[in-house]
Order: sequence, then C-alpha cells, then structure tokens
Amino acid sequence: MSAAAITEADRHGAETALTEIKLWFDLHRLQERYISTIDSDRLEEWPDFFSEDGVYEIVPKENADQGLPVGIFHCFGRAMMRDRITALRNANLYEAHIYRHMTSGLEFKQVDASTVEMQSNYVVIQTLTDGESRVYQAGRYFDRVVRTPQGWRYQSKRAIYDTSRVQTLLVTPI
Amino acid sequence: MAGLPELSANGSKAERTMYFPRPDGSRIGYRIYSSPEIYQLEQERIFRGPTWSFVALEAEISQPHDFKSSFVGDTPVVVTRNDDNSLSAWVNRCAHRGAMVCRSARGNARSHVCAYHQWSYDTRGNLRGIPFKHGVKGMPGMPPDFDQKNHGLQPLRLDSYRGLIFASFSDQAPPLYDYIGPQMRPGIDRIFHKPISYLGCTRQYIKANWKLYNENVRDPYHASLLHAFFSTFNIYRAGMRFRIVMSDDGMHDWLAAFHADHEDGNAAYRDKVASFKEGLRLEHTALLDNVNEYDEFINTHIQPIFPQLVVTQIQNSLAVRQLLPKGPGNFELIFYFFGYADDTPEMRAHRMMQANLVGPAGLISMEDGLATELVQRATADGSDAAAIADMGRGVSDEQQIPSGISEGHIRAFWRGYQELMRL
Repeated sequence: MSAAAITEADRHGAETALTEIKLWFDLHRLQERYISTIDSDRLEEWPDFFSEDGVYEIVPKENADQGLPVGIFHCFGRAMMRDRITALRNANLYEAHIYRHMTSGLEFKQVDASTVEMQSNYVVIQTLTDGESRVYQAGRYFDRVVRTPQGWRYQSKRAIYDTSRVQTLLVTPI
Repeated sequence: MAGLPELSANGSKAERTMYFPRPDGSRIGYRIYSSPEIYQLEQERIFRGPTWSFVALEAEISQPHDFKSSFVGDTPVVVTRNDDNSLSAWVNRCAHRGAMVCRSARGNARSHVCAYHQWSYDTRGNLRGIPFKHGVKGMPGMPPDFDQKNHGLQPLRLDSYRGLIFASFSDQAPPLYDYIGPQMRPGIDRIFHKPISYLGCTRQYIKANWKLYNENVRDPYHASLLHAFFSTFNIYRAGMRFRIVMSDDGMHDWLAAFHADHEDGNAAYRDKVASFKEGLRLEHTALLDNVNEYDEFINTHIQPIFPQLVVTQIQNSLAVRQLLPKGPGNFELIFYFFGYADDTPEMRAHRMMQANLVGPAGLISMEDGLATELVQRATADGSDAAAIADMGRGVSDEQQIPSGISEGHIRAFWRGYQELMRL
C-alpha cells in the first residue's frame, strides 16, 4: 500500500480506533482512581464515583450463579453509601486494616454514546495490625458506567466475589 | 495436650472444677474454648449426641432430587429431596472406602456416584450400583456374603419443623417437635407463619470457639454496648422492653426486643454509654423502618436453637444462621436470608436494603465475630483463669430480663452444657 493511498475508510478506521483507545483510557483511569481512593482511605470521596441513584453491591458468586439477590453490602443511591461511611467512621468496631486492590482483565462493551458495561478481575490484599498480608477477597467487578457532566460515573457496580467465606467481617467497600 | 488429665466418661470432680469453677455457670474456665479434648468430646456428646442440628431450609431444596451439602458438627452430610418429596440425610462418606461422595455444595441429581470406584447411591443413600460386582470375564467379583442392601450411606434421623430441616445421629434425641419444645415453637411459628422465599446465603469465618457465639446470642447485655450502630443512629435504647424465654434445659433461647416509638431512653443512655454519639443521623432513614408483619411488634428476634441454629428477625430482615464448628479455634457462620413468598416487589426491595443490617458486613452485627475473636486470642494460652457471668445473678428472671441487662441465660446455657457433656 502506497503512502498516497489513504482512503476515507482508513481515516474512519483510525478515528474509531482512537475513540476506542480514549474510552479504554477513560475507563481504566476511572477504575484506577476508584481503587486508589479506597486504598488510600479517602472513603468520604468513594460515593462520588457513583451517579446519584447509583447502585453498589458486594455479592458472593455462590448466590449470583444461582440468580439469588442477597449479598453482604447493598447501597441503593449515594445517601446509603455516605451512611455506610458514617457508620464505618463513627459506629462500627473493627480492626485497623489496609486494602491493596489489584485489577486485571478489563473488558468493556459500549451500550450507547454515554453508557458502557465493563468487567474486570480484582484481588484485595488485606493487612491487619499483626503486619501479615493476606488475600482477603478475589472476584470480578460488573460495572455499568455512564457519562455525566462531571465525567464517567458508576451507575451500578457489583463486586461478585469468589472467596465465599468473609474472614471475620467486612466494613470497607471493595 | 500434655499435662491435661484424660477426660473420664463422667467427668471427674477435678475436671469439672477446672472447666466450671462454680456449678451455676457463672464462672467459665477459659480452657473450655480451646481444649482439643473438649472439642472431641463435643463431637461425640453434642453433635453425635441427643441433639438436632439444623442443616437446611426446605426452600433451599424445593424440587425433587435437589440436594445440599452441609455438616453436623465435623461430619459432612448431604440433605436431599426424594422423588416423592420426602427428605433424606446421609453421611457424605462412601460405604466402600470412605471417600466423599457428593462434591458439590448444592444441585439436583437422581443418583450420587463416588468418584473413586463409582459406587452409586440413590437420593435416600441406598447403594444401587457396584462396578464389576459380579466380576469380569468369569473372574470373581464381590463375595456371595456381601449384601448390597446393608451397605448404603449412613443415614441420619431427619425431621423438619415449619420448613427448617434438622438431622440427628442419635436415637436418644426426643422427636424434633419436643426437642424444639413449647417455649421455642411460638417463636419459630411466628417467623415461619407463611411460606418463605429463599434469597441466598452469606458466609463468615471467625477465628473463635463456636461456644463463644452461642454465648453471644444469649447475651443481651452486650447489645447496646458493643454494637454502637444502635446508639449512634437511634435504633435501640437502654430502657427498651425485652422478653427472653428459654427451654427447660436452658439450651434454646428466644430474645424479643419490642418496638418503641418514643426516645425516652436517650437521656439516661447518653450519660452512661461512651458509644452514644449525639447528632449523627442516617441520611437514608428507611434503612431502619420496621413494617410490622406479625401479631407482636418486635424489632429484634434472636432465637438460638442449640447447637447449630439461630433464627433471626432484625426489623424486616429475616435470616437463619447456621453455626459450624471448625476445630476448637474456628467456626463458620452462614446466614440464610429469606422473605415471604407473597412479598410485594416493594417489600422485597425493603428486605434487600435491610440485608445490610446483618451478615458478615452487617451494620449492626459485624462486631459479634470480632468480639468472639478477641476472647479467643486472649484465652487460648491454656491458663486456669475463668470468665465471669454474674450480671443479674441471684435475682429472678422477672427482675432482670425486661431491661436486657442480664447474663442469666448464659449461665443457664452453661448448666445445660455441663449436663450434656457430663462435666
């Protein structure tokens, strides 16, 4: 193919690729900021990653596979997310801990111009006050992301976890 | 463990004194929570003894040939629904060489086949097939005196009450109806007054002895102190009215905390309890709405049926908890959530929202696991020290129960435990 022969189709293909790369970059950046906010204990900012009526759930794979709804953490709207953090800061009793999220296998599918469905694996390493770091939870995020004037936000985020027994308790969102 | 005396069949006086310095259950020697000998004896005298262990909700295995794997104490068992809708339970251990037969947590199967040598069983545990039973190519197989009928999977007694399935290894256990007994049946009748719909389970693994959790659910004293969510967000008040009844042997218990519209308790509470945080309010207050569905307006219903079950209603969140010991220092706690079959979509959504209150991340219950771990961590050193359960000792239930500030039913539990364990 000679340099002179760049066609309209080529140009269109390049633009599509660029749009997709930009989208991938935006979604990846959203996820990186999300986990960084949790892992840095800036939990008061956590609800801001969601749309106002956003849904956040942590559900064992055992239930999800059977089509059963119950999980360990269900927030319907940002007010419930803020309540969770208020309870974590003021009411609940738990051991001091640090999370480190690792994610991989990001896949996404554009639903329309402002909606994307996205999935990725996660592993959360938890370190308690004894200084031991342990795999606390492994699972997969199932996200629906919407474009808002403030940028991409989660309309729903479901953490479906494989690690069916929760060690001691869970208080910090995944 | 070196240095510990062998436990005799009926428990010597020295053993009794080591574990229970006082016979009234008000002192609990810490070794009872960590001793491997005690754990082994519990398997024999409690889990294989004259008790009924909760193993499943009928709603979990609603179709013919549905099955579920579970445990009675340490023993793996499978509960099945047969083709005629009857229920069976058997030890999940091949009659041939002892391999685990069923390797799925749940499912639907007409037969269960051992992976090792393909011995197969029907849903009742009857042995149906032995490969090469009659040998091959004229060579001999099983001997003529081997009678297949006598080599099924080990059955357990099974019975259900109001959709709760229990299994027992013991011929000495009374019928389930009587085991639950007249004091406890009204509580179960209350929660299971109409058909339920199973919504899923969540599991929590706690590094503590299983009896610490049995104490925890018989201990109203800790509720307003450990669980600050109540006081922080105004769910619960000292001064709230309680009713707690127990079975004659002290092993089963039913706590009911009645709904109170007023906030009279606040003032007295604020002065006495450090965890009270004035001014904090939930944004999403519907989390705590209780829509009354019963004759009595009860906000909290906690009902342990010894040894493996706790029936609970927290606001409109309904669940049964299954307590599975995993060695002296660990237990698994499984929460089975359900609603009623005739729930409206709104009511179902409300229950899903209130699923946040209990379970491994339960806003008002997550601390229980931690509290039991804190006891285990500090007491597993084999020391002679003992726990104190004196609150309300020496006064009648009528005087102490309405306030909830009582350890009377912990003492009753330990008296019943001593009798079962012959300690």
